Amino acid sequence: MSAILECHGLTKRYGRVHALDGADLVLEPGRIVGLLGPNGSGKTTLIKLANGLLTPSAGTLTIDGDAPGRATRAKVAYLPDADYLPDWMSLRDLTGLFRDFYADFDPAKAREMFAALGLDEAERLKALSKGNREKTQLVLTMSRAARLYLLDEPIGGVDPAARDYILRTIIGNYSENGTVLLSTHLIADIESVLDEVVFLKQGQVLLHENADALREEKGKSVDAIFREVFAC
Amino acid sequence: MSWTFTGDRPIYTQLVERLQMRIVTGAYPPGARLKSVRDLAAEAAVNPNTMQRALAELEDTGLVYTQRTAGRFVTEDEERIAALRERLGREKVRRFLAEMRELGYRRAEAAALMETEEEET
Repeated sequence: MSAILECHGLTKRYGRVHALDGADLVLEPGRIVGLLGPNGSGKTTLIKLANGLLTPSAGTLTIDGDAPGRATRAKVAYLPDADYLPDWMSLRDLTGLFRDFYADFDPAKAREMFAALGLDEAERLKALSKGNREKTQLVLTMSRAARLYLLDEPIGGVDPAARDYILRTIIGNYSENGTVLLSTHLIADIESVLDEVVFLKQGQVLLHENADALREEKGKSVDAIFREVFAC
Repeated sequence: MSWTFTGDRPIYTQLVERLQMRIVTGAYPPGARLKSVRDLAAEAAVNPNTMQRALAELEDTGLVYTQRTAGRFVTEDEERIAALRERLGREKVRRFLAEMRELGYRRAEAAALMETEEEET
């Protein structure tokens, strides 16, 4: 099967700072991949490049063979690390907005998840707590049948009980051949759902391996390995 | 029975153990249809590919089988399940005896102690 995301020598400079510095990464379809790294290692920059929100300073990045653009946006479901939806809209309005925007959006799925999480569709986004806003954004993102899901810190602000539901939501809803790339530093909470882990360090891919193989080889959790590799 | 995992061993071997346990205890009775890989994965909060790998291993050992259109089932071969139960039992006894040896108990002493210990109800 051909790669869903492919980067070669991917570099992004901000002035003299290298947010990404020659990153090489190939992701296959049908995987859940953890994008792990300390603050400032380039996680969000990589995800933004994949969405075409930034352009590379050097190197290449392709989604399903194409450079990020109009065609790839239809295949990529993106959850940014910040609020981005108009907050005066109700959850019902937002569901309509997503349906209009994305051909692969399933409103019934979104409604079902809102109900399971106890979110009232008549509520406006701005009336919700931070955690519930995050849940709303995640529900909308996961209700698409995308080829690639890019989730930037999807569980950072939600309580542990909802975290479990959200992980199950991710597992249960990504489309059959879809790949999920999720960035986080809450590794212990998510490591059991990962196929593969990618460690980013100072803008480069330090390690890209099967999560179970890594645990077997080192006899340690991914979380423990992360703490060793990135010990301050 | 909950699905909790320790981080220091591959998730898939831990899944194999949990699934074997469910079959041995009858939580998944002989001939029962298993949920889909994805539903099982969601229930255990593990990756579907990892669950798939664990189920494939159970299939290799004949504990579950796949019927092309209908899904995956627990074996109806109760002898096979009984054999697994005995194997798991032996492993536990071996571990128990090893720990008792560490405490300085000989085999007969360990057995005697076990006889006098009231059973938990």
